[in-house]
Amino acid sequence: MIKLTNVFKTYAKGGLALKDVSFHIAKGEFAFLTGHSGAGKSTVLKLVYADEQPTSGEVRVSGYLVTELAPRDVPHLRRRLGIVFQDFRLLEDRTAEENVAFALEVTGARRSTIPARVMRVLTQVGLAAKASAYPRELSGGEQQRVAIARALVNEPQVLLADEPTGNLDERATRGVFQLLRDINASGTAVVMATHDLEMVRSAPYRVIELQEGAVVYDSAVDEPAAESGGQPA
Amino acid sequence: MREALLAFRRAPLLSALSVTTIAFSLFVLGLFGLVAVNLRQALRGVAERVEIVAYVLPGTPIETVTLAEQDIEAFPEVASAELVTEDSALARARHELVEFRDLLRELERNPLPASIEVKLKPGYQNAQHVNAVADRLRGLTFVDDVRFGRDWVEKLDRLRRLAAAVGLVVGAAFAIVAVIIIGTTIRMAVLQRSREIAIMRLVGATNGFVRRPFLLQGALKGLLGGVVAIGLSYAAYTMINRYLIASSFFTAAQALGIVLFGTVIGLVGSLLSVGRHLKRV
Repeated sequence: MIKLTNVFKTYAKGGLALKDVSFHIAKGEFAFLTGHSGAGKSTVLKLVYADEQPTSGEVRVSGYLVTELAPRDVPHLRRRLGIVFQDFRLLEDRTAEENVAFALEVTGARRSTIPARVMRVLTQVGLAAKASAYPRELSGGEQQRVAIARALVNEPQVLLADEPTGNLDERATRGVFQLLRDINASGTAVVMATHDLEMVRSAPYRVIELQEGAVVYDSAVDEPAAESGGQPA
Repeated sequence: MREALLAFRRAPLLSALSVTTIAFSLFVLGLFGLVAVNLRQALRGVAERVEIVAYVLPGTPIETVTLAEQDIEAFPEVASAELVTEDSALARARHELVEFRDLLRELERNPLPASIEVKLKPGYQNAQHVNAVADRLRGLTFVDDVRFGRDWVEKLDRLRRLAAAVGLVVGAAFAIVAVIIIGTTIRMAVLQRSREIAIMRLVGATNGFVRRPFLLQGALKGLLGGVVAIGLSYAAYTMINRYLIASSFFTAAQALGIVLFGTVIGLVGSLLSVGRHLKRV
């Protein structure tokens, strides 16, 4: 599903961002990407959704060889991904419903099918009742749910979440995390970048830890046993 | 299309503001255009009066002169050649020179020579061609003398060159200013929606999809701005006509040109500004 092979990334002005990163995330898997800020978590995600290209190495996502993707094919890759950010990135002048519908309109979905699909995902994230609320009328947790609904509406194979709970209080964090777990349970792979170690420890998911741009720990490689059940160390 | 119109509704103030800005910058250009159009027309009117007169030696048979007149009319530079016989020259003098009417009436012999009055075609009313034609006329055996306002034609030439140079430089300056102002306005509109563009791209919008509403909007703003500018110019023209001097307005093609100019700048401006944003996320 997502495969990085010997990926190096150097930013023009700011030194080495990623050093020889390799990992493979399978279909339907839930994986945490952990590490301090600046460790390269966001960079890894950016490589996956083709916002950045690696300096060397290979990135494969959902059948696309991202490293050789023509710019015109980038949108098609992104339609297979759902992306969620710490700062939600909702359009302030549109309702929850319109924000979600936006992601469908952009892909040229049939207009008549849009309202039903939008309501279905809003229901899935538990916000059907607030469909016509504007982002400013929603709490942080609710806004993130709208963002997740927007990410889900195109039925992606992978949901990428970059610190999705970074701006949320504890309660909202738990709620959003539970939602991501539910989404994963229904078959969507989830890659979640976070530095919330408590949350990482609370679930039996794969953990890939980055330190200064290099993978220093991968539970699937270093402790394969921990994968199939018990709490990762 | 829907998106493009929605944007007008979402940001009516900014949209109105940019249309107004575009309208005024095109209006300034339009005013200059009006001056240029009228100046050119005035110069053309003056140039119409460029005339070469070839005086015929007394006693030349009328047939010779008539034949020559036909030859002259066939010159590529010549619009018309008119034969003025001795009698008609006298009649005209009597009519035009009222002060000398009595004197002229008492003449026993007509002192005025016959002449051929030559008018040139519009493209040839300058010193170079006037001189060439005059030289050719001088070469005719029955021609006594050739007259034209040499100084006057040369001055007209200088004036025309000056007007063209000033028009070009000032016109280009105005056009550049209009391009910059319109470009900035359009860029502001795009900048205001840069977040939206980034989000569109994240959820998988193709560049074409992102670009289209902006292009439409830019073109529409340019078009509206152009139409308003023509309206303003027309109002200005009406006022000038009523209170200052009789002048003329743009032809339909020229007016359309200004509107088209606005539309194209709006379109190109949007294309460039959006392109800048499409390079990132």
